[in-house]
Amino acid sequence: MRNIWTIAKREYNHYFSSPIAYVVAFMIFLVLGIIFVAILQQSISMAIQQSNSAPDISPITGDIVFLLVFSVPALTMRLVSDETRMGTMELLLTAPVRDWELIVGKWLGGFLFILTIVAITLIYPFVLNSLVTPGIDQRVMMTAYLGVILVSAAFLGLGVGISAIFSNQIAAFFLSMGLFVFLWWLIGIPGQILTVGTDVFQYLDMQAHFNNTLNVGVIALGDVVYYLSLTALGLFTGTAAVEMRRWR
Amino acid sequence: MIRVNGLTKDYGSRRAIDHLTFEAEQGEILGFLGPNGAGKTTTMRILTGYMPPTDGEAVVAGYDVMSESIEVRRRVGYLPETVPLYTDMGVFDYLKFMADLRHLPDGEERADEVLEMVGLVDRANSMIGKLSKGMRQRVGLAQALLHRPEVLILDEPTIGLDPGQVVEVRKLIQDVGKERTVLLSTHILSEAQNICDRVLIINKGKIVAEDTPEKLQSRLLGAERVALRVRGDADGLAKTVEKVKGVQIVESKGEDTIEFQFAPGHDIRPEVAKTVINAGYELLELRPMGMSLEEIFLELTGDEENHKARGEK
Repeated sequence: MRNIWTIAKREYNHYFSSPIAYVVAFMIFLVLGIIFVAILQQSISMAIQQSNSAPDISPITGDIVFLLVFSVPALTMRLVSDETRMGTMELLLTAPVRDWELIVGKWLGGFLFILTIVAITLIYPFVLNSLVTPGIDQRVMMTAYLGVILVSAAFLGLGVGISAIFSNQIAAFFLSMGLFVFLWWLIGIPGQILTVGTDVFQYLDMQAHFNNTLNVGVIALGDVVYYLSLTALGLFTGTAAVEMRRWR
Repeated sequence: MIRVNGLTKDYGSRRAIDHLTFEAEQGEILGFLGPNGAGKTTTMRILTGYMPPTDGEAVVAGYDVMSESIEVRRRVGYLPETVPLYTDMGVFDYLKFMADLRHLPDGEERADEVLEMVGLVDRANSMIGKLSKGMRQRVGLAQALLHRPEVLILDEPTIGLDPGQVVEVRKLIQDVGKERTVLLSTHILSEAQNICDRVLIINKGKIVAEDTPEKLQSRLLGAERVALRVRGDADGLAKTVEKVKGVQIVESKGEDTIEFQFAPGHDIRPEVAKTVINAGYELLELRPMGMSLEEIFLELTGDEENHKARGEK
């Protein structure tokens, strides 16, 4: 545990001295800010027309996960591949650290950074909550944020796994992004077209586990298990990749 | 303590090290000498738990490198050849990070101590990326010493240092080597000679010589090695030359030539010449072989083509 924490702490601190992390944070906040303003305007005009629609937080959280598809690869691409490139892998692999501790530490560092960004986005629901009476739906807000956290964990796990396979950051970046796009938008499509095996594709569809449940206020155990499994799969792949490197 | 038995490592079809067997005791500095690609780094990587051997076993600090890798890594200080460092970290922060990975309770004090040992106290807050190569080398060494390891494995520890630093680092290695086991690789022969208690010469994954530097020197260096050629047959020449005081090793080399050695600084060639002529031989040539440690090294590690190129047999 201590090793994981030591490695995570270093990675977390590293983000604050890396331009990529700032660019990612800036993009996320810029896009969310614009969307937030749009939501506010829409709510105001709806209120003027005396519509009963209360402002909703789910567009914001929906967009956070949309942004994660493109920003997590930028945050994970160097996590392990950079150690290989700089040769510092030799240092870590000859220190009394187990391979899985190294990978989980890397993941945790990235996860904590994403959590920091996500925590800052809480400003939007709080603002929204203070603008309307009797406030926004607290339950949807909680489950949506739980969903964001679970999706981040899964993306980061997969990203770290891919970063451990490649010693080239760019390769890790594009492959991670490709995989995320595939899991988020594409894998569910056969489920809508085909008549057989629909369940399988629907289950694998990453988006469905968020948009249909967590982002509308429902916590289903299956969704939590799904995201945690993806995280574990990524971390397992990463550990195996490091182990393979030793044998090569 | 390092105990290696039949250690073998294959990279695909290429055999990097081939049944290495050697030992190093506590308080001993073992030098690992060999040309590039001889298998020095591979051996060190196996001993530090970085990668597993294909065959054979290695016990470091009392633990097997395969089955008890973590225990081995706890007790080994390693300076890899490439001196991998986080260039975006400060020197002190980097040492603190490594100390944390090794669960040192006194990490910060220890970081200060090793910085003192390698003479980098004034650069404690510098970014590693801004340091010169020699300084980085010393940061790497500081990292290897951090946890007071029982076994120190140093891959080319003095490369990239200026002459003054080389002397300091060698002294440091000798000091820490008094109560630890040190395995260091080098291709600088004088370095091996100066600081190692014992030297292993390795080539193409095999040990080609193993001895104390002094013995290797007297056996092979023999600073003054001389070839003596006479007209006609050299029968009995060896016996004649052997009688001259100071002549050490006499070997017959072909029909008309013998080779002998004498201690450096005691030039006995005139006496040998007199004796040979008095014995009735026609002296044609008395040629110093000028066998330096470098040449011994080449002799032991060079391949056939190398010898041919240098006009030797």
